[in-house]
Amino acid sequence: MASEKSSRSGSGGKRPTGNGQKQPAVAAFTRAERLDAYKQMLLIRRFEEKAGQLYGMGHIGGFCHLYIGQEAVVVGLQMALKPGDQVITAYRDHGHTLAAGMDAKSVMAELTGRRHGCSKGKGGSMHMFSPEKHFYGGHGIVGACVPLGAGLAFANKYRGNDRVCLTYFGDGAANQGQVYEAFNMAELWKLPVVFVIENNKYAMGTSIERSSSTTNLSQRGLSFDIPGEHVDGMDIEAVRAAGVRAIANARAGKGPTILEMMTYRYRGHSMSDPAKYRTREEVQQMRDTHDAIEHVRNLLLKDGVNEADLKAIDRQVRDEVNAAAEFALSDPEPDPSQLTTDVLV
Amino acid sequence: MPTEVLMPALSPTMEEGTLTKWLIKEGQEVKSGDVIAEIETDKATMEVEAVDEGRVAKILVPAGTENVKVNTPIALIEGEDEKPAKPAGAEKEAAKPATKEKPAAVKPEQPGDEHKLSYEPASAEPEIAPGTETVNLTMREALRDAMAEEMRRDPDVFLMGEEVAQYQGAYKVSQGLLEEFGDKRVIDTPITEQGFAGVGVGAAFAGLNPIVEFMTWNFAMQAIDQIVNSAAKTHYMSGGLVHVPIVFRGPNGAAARVAAQHSQCYSAWYAHVPGLKVVAPSTSADAKGLLKSAIRDPNPVVFLENELLYGTHGDVPKGDDFLIPIGKARIARAGKDATVVSFARGMVYALEAAERLAKEGIEVEVIDLRTLRPLDLATVLSSVKKTNRIVTVEEAWPVCSVGSEICAQVAMQAFDDLDAPPVKVSGADVPMPYAANLEKLALPSVDQVVAAVKQVMYVA
Ligand SMILES: Cc1ncc(C[n+]2csc(CCOP(=O)(O)OP(=O)(O)O)c2C)c(N)n1
Ligand SMILES: [Mg+2]
Repeated sequence: MASEKSSRSGSGGKRPTGNGQKQPAVAAFTRAERLDAYKQMLLIRRFEEKAGQLYGMGHIGGFCHLYIGQEAVVVGLQMALKPGDQVITAYRDHGHTLAAGMDAKSVMAELTGRRHGCSKGKGGSMHMFSPEKHFYGGHGIVGACVPLGAGLAFANKYRGNDRVCLTYFGDGAANQGQVYEAFNMAELWKLPVVFVIENNKYAMGTSIERSSSTTNLSQRGLSFDIPGEHVDGMDIEAVRAAGVRAIANARAGKGPTILEMMTYRYRGHSMSDPAKYRTREEVQQMRDTHDAIEHVRNLLLKDGVNEADLKAIDRQVRDEVNAAAEFALSDPEPDPSQLTTDVLV
Repeated sequence: MPTEVLMPALSPTMEEGTLTKWLIKEGQEVKSGDVIAEIETDKATMEVEAVDEGRVAKILVPAGTENVKVNTPIALIEGEDEKPAKPAGAEKEAAKPATKEKPAAVKPEQPGDEHKLSYEPASAEPEIAPGTETVNLTMREALRDAMAEEMRRDPDVFLMGEEVAQYQGAYKVSQGLLEEFGDKRVIDTPITEQGFAGVGVGAAFAGLNPIVEFMTWNFAMQAIDQIVNSAAKTHYMSGGLVHVPIVFRGPNGAAARVAAQHSQCYSAWYAHVPGLKVVAPSTSADAKGLLKSAIRDPNPVVFLENELLYGTHGDVPKGDDFLIPIGKARIARAGKDATVVSFARGMVYALEAAERLAKEGIEVEVIDLRTLRPLDLATVLSSVKKTNRIVTVEEAWPVCSVGSEICAQVAMQAFDDLDAPPVKVSGADVPMPYAANLEKLALPSVDQVVAAVKQVMYVA
């Protein structure tokens, strides 16, 4: 606490640093936005369930980190972006690719390591990219994407365009040293970046309480004068609202914000997770009482949308996912000549 | 039509497992996400979740069944009738075109299939006296035992790293250590490699003997500054005043299908650095004897393990004082026609190739370097004196590799002994691709080793 105070007074009152509390929403969703959000979140969930299934059948190899449970974060924040804004994240990236508008077929084919995968089968689950959709990966080293995101924002400022870079990382990543080096430069140079901490409470088998001396991650930028906000990451409307505020600040040249998205992953860290570090009840309780998709579904039903319409969306999403899986299984492996291409330009 | 629930693959390397427990009964309704069974793999016990909703029609594999192969149907689930039928069979159908295509692209005897092979060195290991009592251990167990014995022996030895304590190790190497030694000596760290490597080095300055585990060596690149600038150079910079008795260990090299940022061999990187010792064992016995020596060594030791070897078995001499000296290579197989020098998982290719060549009447001498710094050049040179031919085998990239150094030293020190230019077999000079077929092409193969030996022998 003492250090918090001194950093605030030492900052010369440059910027309000936020109080880590949830802020009121700026604008509620229209019914059309809710329907759209519902569909996008459902697409990610069904896609990930299918990916888990294909992994179990041996069609996907290596590490495969599912995004199930966290869907509201990427979908809500994507709704706050303008075309041209960039996104970068770590290895738990399938949801981000879909939210960025990448084709489910090319994402699934990357998971199966086939030639029409978004990285031509060379990157796999953790390394997907689409410069066309301004999605810059897909990075396997915990913490490394944070300075990279600041660098994308640096380029925006350098070029004088008004783009913003959303830089996602996990609660576990928030302890890496390079995160703080990036925070310092981002605020020093007022880079148009929003740091999004997806706090799903665990880094592999380590809960945030066991790894972090302070657990309010939204306040981790205080000593750099970076304001932070604590957001209910299971409430897509709160997510978008926080995103709108932070992105507007970044775009206006006021520098970075830290958004700590309180979220939860339902599945294991990767497919080979013994899950002994949390109880089955804890997971079930989140699913039953905090599910982001159920939340929107209930709002839609209250809005007067009927079950049949929602069923139709379900079916549409399932069809898209099944088509992606079929494509990903029938697409051939890369040509062997691809082994040595793309090493250098 | 009921959906088949298949035995899932729960890790990159799992091929079979034990179905320990069913958490559902026939006739019960399940929905997506419900935990239906528990499965034990070589690494851990895991839960299996239902991926669809419906009623459990039949349990096909009873609880307690061992060695259930991945993809075996273990239960049948009947879907709700209003849903369009989406049996698992549909996926299998869809899979066909692609699986059909695979044999064309995949050459036979590719290394990806070979990590299952275990081998028996043909010649007796010189360190182990005949009649010594042994116990058969996986490399994973051998490493754990080495740490446990040294921790019992010396209270200044402690282990720290990500997930080493409560989780029992990301690759289960530290299994049981927290229970025996407590959380003062088996310490879970945050994900802060540079930070905890530095903390380890500092503790070593003060005379403790840290074992710093990197979840994999890929992540130690975050910490390489502390390993090189702080651990390796301090003894020298202090004119010998400060000692840095630390071990950095963890899995190195290619795992399975984890792509470029998680599949890299750091042998040459650390072997380059004066002030370090670098070890890379290929058998359970070597792993145990060398890790114990590393922990007792007053210098910083980089200990490169291999995930794909963790599950391989081997005989390990019993007793707490079984040590293998750092800096000594091992003749894994004696021969007179050509010398093959390798280490770590390269030994799997080297020994398999030697086996095949023996059938053609070619007697290969296989040397396991075991230590990469200091290199046991004496053993290599004396073998070359006898065979006049040398091939090096490694999974690392070819440029400036350990093989490059061996070939250079042989050319410089034994030029007159050579009857053919040395040949290097290595991984391809590319970042590791994810696709299964490309990954196989990126790794060395037994075929390549056989061809290289024939090349140095001038036989077709
Ligand atoms: C530098 C580095 N250290 C360790 C790892 C291994 N690892 C992969 S993910 C992970 C946990 C990260 O947790 P968090 O940042 O909370 O993200 P989440 O998985 O919850 O999305 C660890 C330790 C890594 N990939 N990179
Ligand atoms: Mg996390």
